[in-house]
Amino acid sequence: MSSSEVRAEDPVVVDRHLCKACGICIAFCPKSVLGADGDGIAIVERPDECIRCRMCEFRCPDFAIVVRSEEDE
Amino acid sequence: MSESGRRLMQGNEAVVEASLVAGCRFFAGYPITPSTEIAELLASRLPQVGGRFIQMEDEIASMGAAIGASLAGTKAMTATSGPGFSLKQENLGFAALTEVPVVVVDVQRMGPSTGMPTAPSQGDIMQARWGTHGDHPIVALCPASVGETYAATIRAFNISEALRVPVVLLLDEVIGHMREGVAMADAQNVEIIDRKGPSVSPSEFLPYADDGTMVPEMAAFGEGYRHHVTGLFHDETGFPDMSAAVAKSLMQRIMGKLDAHRHVYEWTEARDTEEAEVLLVTFGSPAQAARSAINRAQREGMKVGEFRLITLWPFPEKALREAATGARAVIVPEMNLGQLRLEVERVMGCATPVYGINRTDGDIFKPDEIYQGIVEVYSG
Amino acid sequence: MNTHLRKYFRQEHLPHIWCPGCGNGIVTAAILRALDRLGWEKDRTVFVSGIGCSSRAPGYLDFNTLHTTHGRALVFATGVKVAHPNLNVVVITGDGDASAIGGNHLIHAARRNIDITTICFNNSIYGMTGGQYSPLSPTDSVASTAPFGNTDRSFDLCRLVEAAGASYVARGTTYHVTPLTKLIERGFEKRGFSFVEAITACPVYFGRRNKMRTPVEMLEWQKDAAVPITRAQKMDPEELAGKFVIGTFVDIDMPEYTESYERLLREHASDRGGG
Ligand SMILES: Cc1ncc(C[n+]2csc(CCOP(=O)(O)OP(=O)(O)O)c2C)c(N)n1
Ligand code: SF4
Ligand code: SF4
Ligand code: SF4
Repeated sequence: MSSSEVRAEDPVVVDRHLCKACGICIAFCPKSVLGADGDGIAIVERPDECIRCRMCEFRCPDFAIVVRSEEDE
Repeated sequence: MSESGRRLMQGNEAVVEASLVAGCRFFAGYPITPSTEIAELLASRLPQVGGRFIQMEDEIASMGAAIGASLAGTKAMTATSGPGFSLKQENLGFAALTEVPVVVVDVQRMGPSTGMPTAPSQGDIMQARWGTHGDHPIVALCPASVGETYAATIRAFNISEALRVPVVLLLDEVIGHMREGVAMADAQNVEIIDRKGPSVSPSEFLPYADDGTMVPEMAAFGEGYRHHVTGLFHDETGFPDMSAAVAKSLMQRIMGKLDAHRHVYEWTEARDTEEAEVLLVTFGSPAQAARSAINRAQREGMKVGEFRLITLWPFPEKALREAATGARAVIVPEMNLGQLRLEVERVMGCATPVYGINRTDGDIFKPDEIYQGIVEVYSG
Repeated sequence: MNTHLRKYFRQEHLPHIWCPGCGNGIVTAAILRALDRLGWEKDRTVFVSGIGCSSRAPGYLDFNTLHTTHGRALVFATGVKVAHPNLNVVVITGDGDASAIGGNHLIHAARRNIDITTICFNNSIYGMTGGQYSPLSPTDSVASTAPFGNTDRSFDLCRLVEAAGASYVARGTTYHVTPLTKLIERGFEKRGFSFVEAITACPVYFGRRNKMRTPVEMLEWQKDAAVPITRAQKMDPEELAGKFVIGTFVDIDMPEYTESYERLLREHASDRGGG
């Protein structure tokens, strides 16, 4: 993934190369952190709302999401 | 092979004792007449040598378990008869494509179907070659006596390990149950071949790379050489690749490795073939009756030779052609309706007529009926 | 990708072949997290699969991996485990692979209670061949070979495996992914035959034909139809119609096959000299 897509402060990182735009992470995020771009690829829209529950990461069928732990930052 | 004693034993028992000498330490099977003694004996013999025996739920399972054990680095065998041999075919093809060494014993009985379970037959000759779908490499050996069964079993393991190819050991009910004195080999003095392991570090290892011999190096599961094994066509990394180029080169290599190593598996015996006007092509237990018939015909002045095949597949084409040079007719006695004869005919072409002497009534050949056949052809 | 899990993948083979929203990836990641928690070594672990979409999972995993024939993963796995009892052996299988063509092997692996963990990816359909009904397709569901609705009765594979004698039997879903991961972890830990049925989605062939148009709708269905076992015990059959029970059904200690055989080996090794 190109560095321009990762904002250093984002708690959630989507690998655009792996994402297949299934919409699962977006639909089930309890805090509506995620949205889709024009191609349906997941994007982080409201990073500040993220509670790092990691459900998006666990339910992503394509290993395309990582939720960073606070220590990582 | 030095002798470590002679013992009276059945063909099935010879398979058992020889397999242990060859290094077999895993057997999976399912009972079926007339092969059952192999499983019964190994159930007690394997634990004595630290090997493992398992009775599976069917022959499909037995074949798969033997392949799994071999992939884990253990020499493995399974044994069966006609109906079970049919069930093994899909997984046998898996072993052929993935190049997993494994020995499959088929003690042939009369078929098709349940047929005549206790009657001998050589009805699985073509199935041994073409039983699984798709073109594939396979070796089949067919010994003619109990003593030869012992030697052929060791050789079957050696071929399988040397060439990473499944080897079918074709017995028949007569050989399986016949008792003969057998010279037991001494494990120290008999040549035992083990598969060749990786010569490079795990990071450089390519499980299906041709090192120039066409037989890839083989790593066992658990040894640090993590790799992928699949029944899909694959490239040298072992991962699926459906491209025409990869399919072609894989097929060429797995078939070509047998062509390139004939000396490893080809085993035939020519007797009095130089002057022979009529040549008998024999294999398996009927070779014994044929031998008496030939001796009698020779005593009566007929120029009759014998070319005996222990290796049936890949067919020893060149050796047969040489042995048959000068013969005006060829006779193939077999306990089926002429399966090997088809192959002999193909090799001989139309110049030399090929006659069959066949039995499919569950009875064994008597020397006399083969002798009568020889006389008929000789004077014809 | 999660940095903890990255080391378990053959990254050069990703992205995987599965369709967008296919649940196979969710189960695969759950398997890896469970295994990571237990610290299983890659060199000491063998993944064996049959044939089907789900059975392609081992190809992506950097372990000893064996992709066998349709329905037969367990027999190959049995050979590996019996020959080499110190290896961790995991079978990945589809619902058709495990219950139809491989049903008999499943029964007997459970009966032997051999130490193999089997993860059955139940997507209610034959995915790889294009959506024919499987023995686990719900009655009345639509499939390419059941255009008017499935007249077969669907069966409960967990109950089958329980009756056959496994040490550990559980069911989870890709929606309930955290519990699913725990069930798999427990299955891995257990000595004996462990069976975890993971309800997962084939949005392409099962979902679309059965009024679940998107992967999201399929996860919604898993959420709504799943009943935890503690609650299910208090419900009557009518209430449970159209639902499925999740949780742990069996978790007991029983003699394990390879241990019993090793004992036999110790006792009989000296019966009669070498080979
Ligand atoms: C002996 C044999 N019969 C049939 C097939 C065709 N086939 C391949 S996969 C499959 C079914 C797969 O369904 P399932 O096991 O549920 O796995 P999924 O693809 O849904 O993950 C079938 C019937 C085959 N490969 N081999
Ligand atoms: S970690 Fe939880 S809150 Fe944060 S984006 Fe993922 S699902 Fe939403
Ligand atoms: S769940 Fe994964 S594949 Fe699906 S949209 Fe989100 S990031 Fe993409
Ligand atoms: S066909 Fe179904 S099971 Fe197969 S990859 Fe696609 S969604 Fe998954």
